[in-house]
Amino acid sequence: MLEIKDLHVKLEDEDKQILKGLSLTVPSGEVHAIMGPNGSGKSTMSYVLSGKGGYEVTGGSATLDGVDLLEMEAEERAATGLFLAFQYPVEIPGVGNMTFLRTAVNSQRKARGEDELSAAAFLKLVRARAKALKIDAEMLKRPVNVGFSGGEKKRNEILQMAMLEPKMCILDETDSGLDVDAMKLVAEGVNALRDGKRSFLVITHYQRLLDHIKPDVVHIMAAGRIIKTGGPDLALEVEHNGYADLLAEVV
Amino acid sequence: MSRAQALKAKQTAAVARIDVANLPTGGAWLNGARKAAVSRLQQMGLPARRDEYWGFTRPDLLVAPAAQAAPVLPVEAVPPFDAIERLKIVFVDGVLDLEASDDLSAENLEISSLAEAGRRDIHWAQDLYGALEAAAHDPVARPLGALNTALATEGVLIRVTGKVSRPVSLCYLRREAESDAVLHHLIRLEAGAEMTLLENGPAAARLNKVTEVDLAAGASFHHVRTQGRDHGRQAVALLFARIAEKARFKSFTLTVNGALTRNEAVIDITGDDAVVTIAGAAAGDGSDGVFHQDDTIFLTHDGVNCQSRQVFKKVLRNGATGVFQGKILVRPGAQKTDGYQLAQALMLDDDSQFLAKPELEIHADDVACSHGATVGAIDEEALFYLVSRGVPRRIAKDMLVLAFLADALDEIEDQPIRDDLKSRLQGWVERHAR
Ligand SMILES: Nc1ncnc2c1ncn2[C@@H]1O[C@H](COP(=O)(O)OP(=O)(O)OP(=O)(O)O)[C@@H](O)[C@H]1O
Ligand SMILES: [Mg+2]
Repeated sequence: MLEIKDLHVKLEDEDKQILKGLSLTVPSGEVHAIMGPNGSGKSTMSYVLSGKGGYEVTGGSATLDGVDLLEMEAEERAATGLFLAFQYPVEIPGVGNMTFLRTAVNSQRKARGEDELSAAAFLKLVRARAKALKIDAEMLKRPVNVGFSGGEKKRNEILQMAMLEPKMCILDETDSGLDVDAMKLVAEGVNALRDGKRSFLVITHYQRLLDHIKPDVVHIMAAGRIIKTGGPDLALEVEHNGYADLLAEVV
Repeated sequence: MSRAQALKAKQTAAVARIDVANLPTGGAWLNGARKAAVSRLQQMGLPARRDEYWGFTRPDLLVAPAAQAAPVLPVEAVPPFDAIERLKIVFVDGVLDLEASDDLSAENLEISSLAEAGRRDIHWAQDLYGALEAAAHDPVARPLGALNTALATEGVLIRVTGKVSRPVSLCYLRREAESDAVLHHLIRLEAGAEMTLLENGPAAARLNKVTEVDLAAGASFHHVRTQGRDHGRQAVALLFARIAEKARFKSFTLTVNGALTRNEAVIDITGDDAVVTIAGAAAGDGSDGVFHQDDTIFLTHDGVNCQSRQVFKKVLRNGATGVFQGKILVRPGAQKTDGYQLAQALMLDDDSQFLAKPELEIHADDVACSHGATVGAIDEEALFYLVSRGVPRRIAKDMLVLAFLADALDEIEDQPIRDDLKSRLQGWVERHAR
């Protein structure tokens, strides 16, 4: 279970507050969606949870299954089971996709005191998971995200998620840049990972994705905090009416 | 000091340097070449701080009367190229050790030593010894080359007449803390001949090495060398190459550690349709002692439809210094030239420095040349991406350092050789991680 309580975050180098009392709980096994206007702090929240530098937590807490996330190094958070599918996956020339994935999988296993996967076992697993996402072997051999199309990058994020088998998956606009078929593929990839225990926090601007990945709960975020929480219908409401009414309610 | 005074001072220094050197005698035809080199050197004088291409690297240690001692370190358990089937030629403190070397006879290869060459008529060597060096002083003098031609008594002469099956591997071992070696190699590939030359090992406390490479039409020369495992080393390695039509020249150098390493290459493409690549990867950590590594390249296009690539990458930390001075000169008439030059440094801290001088001089209109030098730090976005997947920060950093250097290493065509150097570099990166 992910529990964020009254989280306040500012930029490290600037006097700019971005998260202003964010509270959110995602119980085990549930899928929650977050929608919200541009610049409301959705990506910032996902970065802060996963341990990116440049932000300063000025108040509040964030725990995963009771463990304080904010005290941990980024790699420890990953090994604990937190995963972020990036809004903008980074291109890393010179680092092979396979080498990277294998290092990541085995680093996490090592950190958890598990045996590392052999080269053969890893290869078998990655091939199967890649095939399900229609990622061809040639793409796996290329450097991380280099020369990938927007959609390929997003599918590659889901492949990493499938390989790392995290407890808590945050998907930051994974649907942006995807064509209709690719979106289905990604949604299937996500749904395949739903096992009743794993939780998802899906950040999106569009109802479309939520047709494929059915959320249990929808949150609306604005100006650094959650202003409304509801059922799947809330997403439909936003799709039709935009944020104006919701924002007006708060004020 | 006026120009004339400065030249006078350099000339005086040259005379003084030659006076304290034991000028070799008794080399028959070699004597003439040495005398000519002495007078060249007296004319141009020794390099000084204000000379072009000596502004970033101090020549003092390289021209001093005696070598500064450098501790002899144990060689690695498995030296570079160990697993590669090759013809080994061993030098100890700059002296050829025939006992320790393989049998020098091989198909399509004529190998002899400079030490004995003077006593024999080896026509191709007579024509080549000091010739490319002598031709390389215009427009910029390379006095350490002339000094080498004047002083060298050791080196190998390799003539290749066809395809050579095994690489020829020059292994330089060290025993003496103060050894001062002067090596002069000659390599001539006849038309259509092919060979790979490997070099590794510390050679000496101080090394001045000249390699003159003469490629006839359609010849193909591959060269891979490593310089490492000798922290106090002061070395200048000068490569003079002349490249005829349709010839291929590929040279790669890996430099790790070393107080002073100056790798200078003067490459003349004289024929049409030739392809030249010169690349290097350097990794220096100032906490091991001084690290100063310098690549100085002067590449001249004088043929039509030729390609040249320069790819240099340096990783620097703890006060290490990297220098790149690379010039592409396209002579009138050298149309359809494709010249590429890339020099990049990755700084792992604020204490290190990268000094770069990329130059283009083009006298033909139908050419495509690019050049540039950049310096950067570890990409924090990339680092976070790796770490967010659970890769420990230190390992993620190593991955990015190796990825940065990979561009240069990928210029090595032969995969087993490339893999060998990559794993060595990985070892270095892991040992030097913080
Ligand atoms: N490193 C930074 N430097 C300056 N401003 C920042 C930084 N990170 C975030 N911000 C600002 O914080 C606010 C929230 O940004 P964030 O990217 O979290 O929004 P978002 O909700 O993800 O928006 P979108 O829907 O457009 O992806 C924005 O105003 C953004 O400009
Ligand atoms: Mg965002």
